[in-house]
Amino acid sequence: MATTSVKQLPKTEMILPGTRSCAGCGLMLTYRHALKALDEGKTIVAVPASCMTVLHGVYPITPVKVVCINNPFAATGAAASGIVAGLKATGKSDYTVVAFAGDGGTYDIGIQALSGALERGVNFIYICYDNEGYMNTGTQRSSASPMGAVTSTTPILAKLQHKKDMIRIVEAHDLPYIATGSPAFPFDLFDKVKYAKDVLGSRYIEVHAPCPPGWGFPNKDLVKIGKLAVESGIHVLFEIREGRFSLTSQSLVMAKKGRKKNVSDYIKGQTRFKRISGDHLAQLQEFTDRKWNESLERHFRDNP
Amino acid sequence: MGQIEIITANTAAAIAAKLCRVQVVSAYPITPQTPVTEELAAMVESGDLKAEYITVESEHSALASVVAASQVGARVFTATSANGLLYMHEMLHWAAGSRVPIVMACVNRGVGAPWTILNDQQDTIAQRDTGWIQMYCRNSQEVIDTMIQAYRIAEQIQIPIMVCYDGFILSHASTPVDVPSQDEVDRFLPSLEDRSGIDGKTPMNVNPLILSDPRPDANGVLMPGYMEFRYRLQQDILGSLEAIKSVDNEFRDTFGRSWGGSVWGYRMDDAEHAIVSMGSLASECTVAADQLRREGIKAGVVGVRVYRPFPSSQIIEFLSGVRTATFFEKDVSYGYQGALAMDAKAAMYESKSRPEISSYVVGLGGRDVRPEQLAEATLKCVNGPVQHCWLNVSG
Repeated sequence: MATTSVKQLPKTEMILPGTRSCAGCGLMLTYRHALKALDEGKTIVAVPASCMTVLHGVYPITPVKVVCINNPFAATGAAASGIVAGLKATGKSDYTVVAFAGDGGTYDIGIQALSGALERGVNFIYICYDNEGYMNTGTQRSSASPMGAVTSTTPILAKLQHKKDMIRIVEAHDLPYIATGSPAFPFDLFDKVKYAKDVLGSRYIEVHAPCPPGWGFPNKDLVKIGKLAVESGIHVLFEIREGRFSLTSQSLVMAKKGRKKNVSDYIKGQTRFKRISGDHLAQLQEFTDRKWNESLERHFRDNP
Repeated sequence: MGQIEIITANTAAAIAAKLCRVQVVSAYPITPQTPVTEELAAMVESGDLKAEYITVESEHSALASVVAASQVGARVFTATSANGLLYMHEMLHWAAGSRVPIVMACVNRGVGAPWTILNDQQDTIAQRDTGWIQMYCRNSQEVIDTMIQAYRIAEQIQIPIMVCYDGFILSHASTPVDVPSQDEVDRFLPSLEDRSGIDGKTPMNVNPLILSDPRPDANGVLMPGYMEFRYRLQQDILGSLEAIKSVDNEFRDTFGRSWGGSVWGYRMDDAEHAIVSMGSLASECTVAADQLRREGIKAGVVGVRVYRPFPSSQIIEFLSGVRTATFFEKDVSYGYQGALAMDAKAAMYESKSRPEISSYVVGLGGRDVRPEQLAEATLKCVNGPVQHCWLNVSG
């Protein structure tokens, strides 16, 4: 049963006041709902050097009620593999191991360890919170940054390439469960993490996590920007269960209604796109349309 | 009772890991370490060793995964060589900082570029400042025994250990080895006490961001800052020399073999001239010392078994009474000298009586060095110090 009301969410807050994340952080909202979907006391989180490290607080105080094991940047997939093996070898059953890494730690420096873990079918959930750049070090370009975005390492020309299609790379590992999510659609996100918890094998969830200081929008607009990303087709909400692709939540509504907003509606509230050229905007729109159409095609093929 | 088997040092290391009942193995193959990974894989697949075996995609991941497995309470093992060890460099610091009792077999090999698969000790020497204990073995018997000792030491002081042995010279050479019985090892090495703290209730943030200064916790108790953790690591690794000695003594009482703790001497009682080295080269140096003795030179050998922590006082003890000390080592700190000679010279500065010290770099990338060449080179130093020379190298 899909969650449709706040009242259906567990009341327990796993993240207490006092995190070090920025106001209006997309990761923060993502993490809050993901942890609600997981079992208290039975969740072990593996984290690379990232905004997530900062969120977890500075020694000796942490506001998050989980076992969190921090790791070097490139090591998340491997560390999670070690945690899973170590728990099994020492007879600690019933724990869910969840890796939580940003797009830098997933698309870029962590891709090798991630691919290794997925290929081995390690029994864990990998959640990528994609804030489309190296936000923890101050808004540098990543391979997840969209075309036309100004970052501190693409300061004048803006990013010249499209975002890497990480889902296709992950899907090449033949996983039992892959999904996308957004903190702007918390019920959908909650349901996906909850479903993933009970799937055996490697599970991958990618969450589009808007970042106010990195993208240049007011803190209060986190949910608005997150929604516009989905409504414009920039970020598509779907899940792939054993290869079967299904649009979910707002993306499913859009598919049925046959309507979606323009990319220009999404980018206008963000200063990172302030210098986007007409050519880049057209390319970004074309890229988004192509990916959206592929999603529609797959959805209606798999859900006739 | 043990059983004599004709095995390589790689097989000795794999058998030792099994005898130590490691629970998680994670390794990436690299010559000359490869057979260790293969033999352990066979033991796990056949059910002879009850362990999780992670077939990682890189050495960085090998060490990352055993660090994590150790953090959740498992006894772990990995092995590597040369560029694989260099690829682990970040994780080496992370492991020591995490205070996890990992034991890693390091099969010494020269590092690229250009590529060599043959032996020298540049790979492990280059990792000396990572906070690991480094033990160098002279033969396959010492490999199996040191592996067993290493788990005791590492788990006692919560510092990871590299058990280093020379590629091909030991790793692929079959020699008789007294393989201890499982019962004996079980008595010597009890199963690992789970210190993970994972109990299904208690939240933890392991290896978080830390400030430079001490900071109070939620109850107002002042907790260490970054530098306090580093100071503790330094104090504990320095203090591990005691543990290394006592574990070696206890090992002798159980198995009837001892390896000299951190530094061993050969014919040093009345020696006037010391030859100092590490690993299988130190063993070869004993042949050179015998030859010099036959020629009327009172030579002996000082074998450095533990390079980190550096056993300064034992080095002083051995070298303060001799007239000359000649170092042979298979590494170089580029732009200066051999690392062992450098460290020993620094140690001897603390001593009132010092020998004339000479140092040679030998055997890089598998370059052969014969006992008579070592004897001849030592003789040269007996007649006057030789500053940092390379042996068997053409201009």
